[in-house]
Amino acid sequence: MRKHIAPTAVLWLVIGAAYFFIPLLATFLFSLRKASTGHCCSLAAYGTIVHNPEFWTTLRLSFQLSLEVIAISLILFVPTVYWVHLKLPRLRPVLAFFALIPFVVPPIVLVVGLLDFYKGTPQWYYGSPYGFLATAYVILAFPYMFFSLDAGFRAIDVHTLTEASQSLGASWPTTMFRVILPNIRVAALGGSFLALAIVMGEFTMASLAAFHTFPTFIQYINETQAYPAAAVSLMSFGITWAAMLALLFVGRGSRSRVQVAGAH
Amino acid sequence: MKLGRRRLSLAWLGAVPFFVYALFFLFIPAGNVIAGAFKDTKNQWTLSNIHELFQTQYLDAYRTSIEISVVTALIGGALGIAIAYAAIREGTPRWVRSGMTTFSGVAANFGGIPLAFAFIATLGSVGIATQFIHNVFGIDLYGPSVNFQIWTKTGIEVTYLYFQMPLMILVIAPAIDGLRREWREAASNLGASPWQYWRHVGLPILMPSILGAMILLFGNSFAAYATAYGLTAGAVPLVPIVIGNFYTGDVLSNPHLAQALAFGMFVVLAAMMVMYVPLQRRASRWAR
Repeated sequence: MRKHIAPTAVLWLVIGAAYFFIPLLATFLFSLRKASTGHCCSLAAYGTIVHNPEFWTTLRLSFQLSLEVIAISLILFVPTVYWVHLKLPRLRPVLAFFALIPFVVPPIVLVVGLLDFYKGTPQWYYGSPYGFLATAYVILAFPYMFFSLDAGFRAIDVHTLTEASQSLGASWPTTMFRVILPNIRVAALGGSFLALAIVMGEFTMASLAAFHTFPTFIQYINETQAYPAAAVSLMSFGITWAAMLALLFVGRGSRSRVQVAGAH
Repeated sequence: MKLGRRRLSLAWLGAVPFFVYALFFLFIPAGNVIAGAFKDTKNQWTLSNIHELFQTQYLDAYRTSIEISVVTALIGGALGIAIAYAAIREGTPRWVRSGMTTFSGVAANFGGIPLAFAFIATLGSVGIATQFIHNVFGIDLYGPSVNFQIWTKTGIEVTYLYFQMPLMILVIAPAIDGLRREWREAASNLGASPWQYWRHVGLPILMPSILGAMILLFGNSFAAYATAYGLTAGAVPLVPIVIGNFYTGDVLSNPHLAQALAFGMFVVLAAMMVMYVPLQRRASRWAR
C-alpha cells in the first residue's frame, strides 16, 4: 500500500484547485480596484452596489421568488412522492423519467414555449414574476426536489410508519405532518437549498420574459460598471456557496446525496 | 376484487395534482414549441421554419454550439477524470476527497452571469491573470502571437470548463470508487505498466460511465445561455443566444423561427438522451 501521495496526483489536484480558486481570487482582487486609478485598494465597488436601490429590490424579489418556489414545490412534490412510495410504486419510474425531461427541455426552450402558450393570460399571472416566473421555476427545481425527496423516502419505511400512525388513530394530516415530514426533513431541506441556489442564479428565463431579478441586475451592472460587477458577482457566488454549504450541513449523516448542475 | 380495483383507481387520483402541473408547465409548453416550429404566422401548418434552419447563419449557430459542447465535454471530462482519480487513489489523504466533492458541488452550480464576470475579471483584456502573465512572463495574451479573447469561442470554452470539470468529477467519482485496488495490483503483478493497466483494465471498465457522463456534459454546455450571454453580450452566435436575440434584441421577425430553433435544440438533446439511457444501463451493470 502506498504511504505517500503520488506526484502526478499532486499535479492534477493543483491544476484542479487552481482552476477553481484563481477566477475567484481574481474577481476579489478586481473588485478592490479603485475606479479612478484601476489599482488596489478600495472598497468603493462594494459601496456602489449596496447603495444601489435596485440591488436590494432585485435581491428581495429573487429571495421571495425562491421562497415561493420552495413552498409550491414542497406542497406539490412531498405528498406526490409520499403517495407514490406508499400506494403507487409502479409510478416511481415514470416520475424519475419526468425528472429527466427538464434536462432535455433546457430553460431557453421551455421559456419560449411558456411565453407563447401563456400569451394573453391575465396580467397578474403573465406580467408578474410571482406568477409566471415562479411557476416556471418550480419545473426547473423539480428534478432536484424529486431526486432529493425520492432518496429521503427510500431511506425510511413509509408503509410501517403510515400503518403505525393510522393504527394509533391518527388522521391523514396528522400522519403527514407529525410522522412523515419529520422523517424526511433532511431531504426536504436539501431540495429546498438546491431550489434556492437555482432561483437566486437563474438568468435565462427572467431575461427572456423581461423581469428584473437579481441575476438580471448583475448582468446590468456587468454591462455598465466593471469593478462593482466584480463585487456583485462575488456576492452572488457567496449565495451559491452558502446554499451548498447548508445543503452539505443538513445532509451530514444521511447516506443519500443529490448531485447537481445549475442553470448556466 | 371489485373493491380492490376501485381502490386502485382512487389511489391514482393522489398523483393527479402533480401530473396536471407538469402538463401545464412542462409538457404543453414543450409541445407548443414543437407545434409552433411547424406553423406560420397565420397559424397554418408549414415546413418553412424548419427549412429556414438550414440557412448558413443558423447552421453555423448549431455547429458552433455543438463544437463548444463537444470540446468542453471532452476536455472537461478528461480533466475531471484525472482530478477525481488523483483525489480518490491510494496515498491521497481522505480529506482531499471530501474537499473535492464540496468544491465540485459549488463550482458545478456556479454558472451564469457571475461566472462570466469572474472570467472577464481573470482573463479579460485588463483581467488580473492577463496582467499577471504579461508582467511576470512577458506574454501578452491579447497580443498578436497568442490572440486570445475572452469574448470569443475559445473564451467561452475556457469559461465553460469551470462548471464542466466539476460536474464530471461529481458524476465519475462513484465509478472510480468502483475500481478495485486488487485489479491494479493484479495487473502490476503480471508485469503491466501503469499505462497498460489504464489501456486494458481501468478505462474499459470506466468507459460506459465516462460516455454517459460526457453526454450529460454535452447537454449541460449545449443548453447554457447565461454564461455565454454574460461573456459575449450575444456576439458569438450560439443557438440559445440566437433564440434569446429574438426576445431581448431588436430582431423583429417570425416568432415561429425561434420555436423552430428551440425545436432543433430539443432534437439534438433528445438524440443525446436516447444515447444516454442505454449507456447508463450498461454502466450500472458493472457497479452492482
